[in-house]
Amino acid sequence: MKIAVCIKRVPDMDVRFQIAADGASVDENGLKFDINDFDSWAVEAALQIKDKDPATEVVVISLGPDVVQETIRKALSMGADRGVQLKTDKIPFDSIAIATALAAELRDGGYDLILFGKQSADSSNGVVGAATGELLGMPVVTAISKLELNGATGTAKRDIEGGQEFVDFPLPAVLTVDQGLNAARYPSLKGIMAAKKKPLESKPAQLGATSVTVSSMALPPERAAGRIIGEGVAAVPELVRLLQTEAKVL
Amino acid sequence: MANPFDLFDIESQLSEEERAVRDSVRAFVTDRVLPIIGDAYVEGRFPKELIPGLAELGVFGANLPEEYGCAGLNNVSYGLIMQELERGDSGIRSFASVQGALVMYPIYAFGSEEQKRHYLPKMAAGEIIGCFGLTEPDYGSNPAGMITRAREQGDGSWILNGAKMWITNGSTAQVAIIWAKTDEDQSSIRGFVVPTNTPGFSAKNQKGKLSLRASDTSELVLQDVHVPADAILPKSGGLKSPLMCLTQARYGISWGALGAALACYEEALSYGKNRVMFGKPIAQFQLQQARLTEMVTEIVKGQLLVLHLGRLKDAGTFTPQQVSLAKRNNVHVACEVAREARRLLGGNGILAEYGAMRHMENLESVYTYEGTHDIHTLIVGQAVTGLSAFE
Repeated sequence: MKIAVCIKRVPDMDVRFQIAADGASVDENGLKFDINDFDSWAVEAALQIKDKDPATEVVVISLGPDVVQETIRKALSMGADRGVQLKTDKIPFDSIAIATALAAELRDGGYDLILFGKQSADSSNGVVGAATGELLGMPVVTAISKLELNGATGTAKRDIEGGQEFVDFPLPAVLTVDQGLNAARYPSLKGIMAAKKKPLESKPAQLGATSVTVSSMALPPERAAGRIIGEGVAAVPELVRLLQTEAKVL
Repeated sequence: MANPFDLFDIESQLSEEERAVRDSVRAFVTDRVLPIIGDAYVEGRFPKELIPGLAELGVFGANLPEEYGCAGLNNVSYGLIMQELERGDSGIRSFASVQGALVMYPIYAFGSEEQKRHYLPKMAAGEIIGCFGLTEPDYGSNPAGMITRAREQGDGSWILNGAKMWITNGSTAQVAIIWAKTDEDQSSIRGFVVPTNTPGFSAKNQKGKLSLRASDTSELVLQDVHVPADAILPKSGGLKSPLMCLTQARYGISWGALGAALACYEEALSYGKNRVMFGKPIAQFQLQQARLTEMVTEIVKGQLLVLHLGRLKDAGTFTPQQVSLAKRNNVHVACEVAREARRLLGGNGILAEYGAMRHMENLESVYTYEGTHDIHTLIVGQAVTGLSAFE
């Protein structure tokens, strides 16, 4: 079996972001980057298949500047076999442009399964996986939280509002991974040493035309300070009045 | 704003591999150790359930070669592992130090090829846990005076008698490295690999500890413990052999202590910025800023010290005296940082919910074990004066 996992390098979200001088991107100074969480679960899903069938080849693909090689190596240190960097100066916002480049790489790769995280932590479009599947003409199942493969077909579970949905699909297929599918393994120290010797190919990304760009970014407005209108029972009528007339929530 | 956890951009001095090792161990400690360690400490329990995960990660003997099932990392990576483990708890780091530096290392350095092939892969995998028996009830700082004796029998086998104390992992271990005199003087000291289920071998947990509560500290008694001829570590000879092991472990401690210090500093900084008193965060008060500045200054100095020491060790040129200086300084620094962090946290600082007091208590043991602060003072003193205070 041959599996591709498409991963993205994203900033650690537990920080206060600053907008860069161009007004349309995030200032990357001082940010810590890592593999997108949803993508790490996609890597784990591929590795669990490989654990059961060691003949499985797991290829990790990431699009972006040379720093994404570090993210690819993290996936290699978890146990993936080889990596491919689709080189660009920066990661574009346009999901279709990215999907076009990924599809060009994946089309003749002979993959049985192509895995994505369901969305990235930074741009959160949730489009690249499905769009890549569409461009490849493959069946797509998004946001899966359980996966079973049976030879040439598979079944995936999707958690939907108020219930669960089980979707059958033929291979080859494109799947995007939701939280709950698994817990990603830690890169073992031996794995980190072994990753240095695994092949990592870098080639120019064949990006599609970019039709969507970010024109400007803004931080959320500062929350106004709270107001104390009184204490105890005496304050209730005024509170109710303000909730009705000012906040308009009652 | 500057990165408060890396004011001197020490990150840039680490290789990608070193950072990856640190980050992986840090993630493990954050996910698996921190949620349970406060309770384990209060209960006085070593969390054995962590052993398989630590083994899978590959922390045991991580700087020993791959051919024996180890990760084959450089010494800076090894130091970073110790730092991250002790960010969790000194007891967890002690467990790994003993397993790697005090049991796997002597088997690697002084053992036969058979001993290495038998023990090292299983110890790296956490299937065999080890302990190191050097210290005795009356011989701590002066191990040359040890009473434990190994008597060679007519068939080449050995009978061991004696008692060891303050033995980390003593009641958990399946195998003990026992140091014993084969004659009267210290040059006769040899190491023996003793399975702990050998008749006559007993281990008793030491009760009443107010420090390293999440660690197994035991007393060992050897009463006519009969081991075969191949239990001896063939290349061990004299007090120098166990001291070489201690140099390895002390190197790890000099990194590890900074992990505890970093945890306390991080906690104090976060607490100081969020705790509001007199209408502003307490970190805005000059008194608390002085505390935080002192902490970060000493941490940065300590980090630069051990990073350089690690590079020297990787180059094969480091000396035991340098290790003494680093262990002495960094553990002392960590003790001070932990105490000041506990004070900054006010009343909350005495709760097990926060880490500062646990680290503070642990570090009193770290200050005292693996060569006390005072003994390291005299080792450095001898190195610079050429005069021994021990004689």
